[in-house]
Amino acid sequence: MHALANPNRFLKLGDRIQPWALGLCLICLAVGLPIALAFSPPDYQQGDTVRIMYIHVPAAWMSLFCYGVMAAGSASFLIWRQPVANMMARASAPVGAMFAGLCLLTGMLWGEPMWGTPWVWDARLTSMLVLFFLYLGYMALGDAFDRPEQGDKAGAILALVGSVNLPIIKFSVDWWNSLHQPSIFSMAGISLDSSMILPLFLMVGAFQTFYIVVVLMGVRTQVLTAKVRAARLMRGT
Amino acid sequence: MNGFIALIGRELRLSVRLRADTIMVAGFFAVTVILFPFGIGPEPGVLSRIGAGVLWVTALLAALLSLDHLFSDDEQDGSLDLLLTSPVSPTVMAAAKILAHWLTTGLPLIILAPLLGVTLQMPSTSTIPMMTALALGTPTLSLIGAVGAALTLGARRRGVLMPLVVLPLYIPVLIFGVGAIDAAVMGFEATGLYAVLAGFLLISAALCPWAAAVAVRISAE
Repeated sequence: MHALANPNRFLKLGDRIQPWALGLCLICLAVGLPIALAFSPPDYQQGDTVRIMYIHVPAAWMSLFCYGVMAAGSASFLIWRQPVANMMARASAPVGAMFAGLCLLTGMLWGEPMWGTPWVWDARLTSMLVLFFLYLGYMALGDAFDRPEQGDKAGAILALVGSVNLPIIKFSVDWWNSLHQPSIFSMAGISLDSSMILPLFLMVGAFQTFYIVVVLMGVRTQVLTAKVRAARLMRGT
Repeated sequence: MNGFIALIGRELRLSVRLRADTIMVAGFFAVTVILFPFGIGPEPGVLSRIGAGVLWVTALLAALLSLDHLFSDDEQDGSLDLLLTSPVSPTVMAAAKILAHWLTTGLPLIILAPLLGVTLQMPSTSTIPMMTALALGTPTLSLIGAVGAALTLGARRRGVLMPLVVLPLYIPVLIFGVGAIDAAVMGFEATGLYAVLAGFLLISAALCPWAAAVAVRISAE
């Protein structure tokens, strides 16, 4: 693990992982999207609208996952001063915000025919919206300082403070009565038909590998930006 | 402990002699609440229904406005650096500033709220629940807001950045604060909602002064 704290070594490993992740992402999308959107069976109650699930659920999971990475990266940046951890956190934020936005948007499109309303102010939806704003706040705060180091540290603290929201989102459907259905995972196993599990997991795989590709790009950009900045400071321009 | 009391004394003296915060925040609170009957219309049924929400949202904005210069005044005149080099730990310093902020801006709102509730046609039975909910909730607003104020010290476009950072974290307090008043007005049991508000207060009292202190130290580096 410690070898990866060196940005150059991390990027070398990233270069090796990135093509595989990209290929896997494309394969998952090429196989998963047709199954999800055309060949999987329609739901006996919801009909074809259930296909929104194959985008909505992976997006929701990924938005939580990205925040988890952000919080973990921020913690190890604050505690052990790992610059790469912070770069991972910074790179995860826009992706997570995008996934949270996608989750909210597809949820509204799904809620309109199913609940009869695109939006209700219940715990699940509200906490997801809060997560979206936390991402925006984190990104805005990180870029708001003249000294980049100060933005890094301030953003890291905000990410940790905001992480109290994660368990609230995860358990909101269990704690409060909600229009939103409970999680398909429970102690009793997965409450989803096997014909729907395969496309769902292919889509999760596609989203996850997409995230890896984009985050590696983001970290590389930040390392290069830091190098350019250092070089310019040395030259005094 | 001596340092803690001395710091609170300093903040309170500053507030009294500059006569800034308390009166301006209370004035902002009153004027903004009074805007709602004009904006929405004076029907008593509508006003009393939305009264709790209006009071809470306005209290939230008032807290946010006054938190803006919780640390930045001291940062600009250099006394923040002196406070950080003093033997008092930064966490205690942040806790003292937060408590002083609540005494000068949160407490007046609690006293003023029943009066404004009357103008919003809220029933007299709502007075005690309103004051209880605000008394449990406004310290949390000061605590969370202090972290935001410390994090944005020295940031560009601070005025728009602070609400973006702090308001999402205020939402749980708002939800349960309004819920407690509404439940009491409608005659339901509100103890559970008070307990949740008290829980928020305890968690943020334990974590926020520390987080604010870390953030202040980062900005002073």
